[in-house]
Amino acid sequence: MRSLLAQAWAIAAKDLLLEFRSRTAFLSALVFTALVLAIFNFARDPTAVATIDLAPSILWITFSFAGVLALNRAFSLEKENRAIDGLLLSPASRTALFLGKTAANLVFVGAVEAIALPLFALFFNVPLLGVLGPLVLVIALATIGFVTVGTLMSSMAVNTRFGEMMLLVLVLPFLVTPVSAAASMSAKIFAARPFAEWAPWLKLLTAYDITFFVICTLVFETTVEE
Amino acid sequence: MPATADGAAPLLEVAGLAKRFGHVRALRGVDFALRAGESLAVFGPNGAGKTTLLRVLAGLLKPDAGGVSFGGARLVRGDAAHRRRVGLISHHSLLYDGLTAAENLRFYARLYSLAEPRAAVARALAGVGLEARAGDLVGTFSRGMVQRLAIARALLHDPDVMLLDEPFSGLDQRAAATLRALLARLRAEHRTMVLVTHNIDEGLELASHVAIQVAGRFVSLGARDGDLAAYRARYAEATSRDA
Repeated sequence: MRSLLAQAWAIAAKDLLLEFRSRTAFLSALVFTALVLAIFNFARDPTAVATIDLAPSILWITFSFAGVLALNRAFSLEKENRAIDGLLLSPASRTALFLGKTAANLVFVGAVEAIALPLFALFFNVPLLGVLGPLVLVIALATIGFVTVGTLMSSMAVNTRFGEMMLLVLVLPFLVTPVSAAASMSAKIFAARPFAEWAPWLKLLTAYDITFFVICTLVFETTVEE
Repeated sequence: MPATADGAAPLLEVAGLAKRFGHVRALRGVDFALRAGESLAVFGPNGAGKTTLLRVLAGLLKPDAGGVSFGGARLVRGDAAHRRRVGLISHHSLLYDGLTAAENLRFYARLYSLAEPRAAVARALAGVGLEARAGDLVGTFSRGMVQRLAIARALLHDPDVMLLDEPFSGLDQRAAATLRALLARLRAEHRTMVLVTHNIDEGLELASHVAIQVAGRFVSLGARDGDLAAYRARYAEATSRDA
């Protein structure tokens, strides 16, 4: 178990170091996020729909697509010099590879979200301070869900001809549950509704995370082996 | 367990190996056995199935039929113990351009759970004469330096069996000479090696055994018993027969 975690950490640290040096995917995701928020901000008619009604949907549309952009890099960087062969040739287990990649993606997507959230508050004038705790919980759970599934799908899409587009096609159906749950909970949180009203969504999201984490960990080996 | 011609038990044994990709039969019943310290050079034209053979030996591809044994134990995919015994050098470096030479090797040292990773990395870099460039990004290296670092990566965990896939591909004369010297040292260290290439000039001097692979089959296999000219003639005959 210690060896598995050490190998997973080595893979995650390597991915993050590579991204830290190039910042290519991170900057792409950030620019995309800022652009989407700006477009929504200027395109909406504040007299037609209240900001607070629109804000949760916009937040999760932005996070979902920025997340998918970020997930594309997970395995594409292993294509360079066929580094994936080096990983598969090593005694590191495929579970360690999946855990390492997922951990790196979580940090990466989390960093994009951490910058996007204040931008969102700025553009839409949503007071975050009073709701930050529950909102961060919801964002964390939804991110774990879609990053787990996205990491698996990224490993499948990378070897296809149109990898980036294929990732979107593969992952979007699996995003429906976590993103719907997160958007619904965010709406309740922004409207200061009691916890009991969004607790069922929280249970659903937690169940989704656990179920897909187990399934993706088990299935991952078959996607990276021939 | 079958033995080699002189009766010694083989370290690496391949029997009836077959692999197809769709309608293409990349391997068609490949058999050979190598004792510890022996080296096999497999020559063949492009598309003969040489890389497929190496990828099966490395455990990166699953054969459709036949099997590979290391020290008498059948290769089972996903077996970490097998992967510890094999080192692969290919025309791809398997390295990250965005990491330094030392960072690349340290990463692999951690994947192989080496007991003293820093010492192993320093040793490996010194072994290929790259200790002065340890802190430089691999993306800034020449092709020859990248290939030397790829050798250091492949040797980091001290494997019993080295697999080499067109290791001279894209190297200039000086870099190729350096690589030849490194491979000669591996041979002197009695490492078992399988080298595949389409260029007879580059592999013959390293080989104790020679095979010619055409269209997925070994059309010739045996201990090296001729000079370069003789093998060039055999190779030309084998490949023209197939054409």
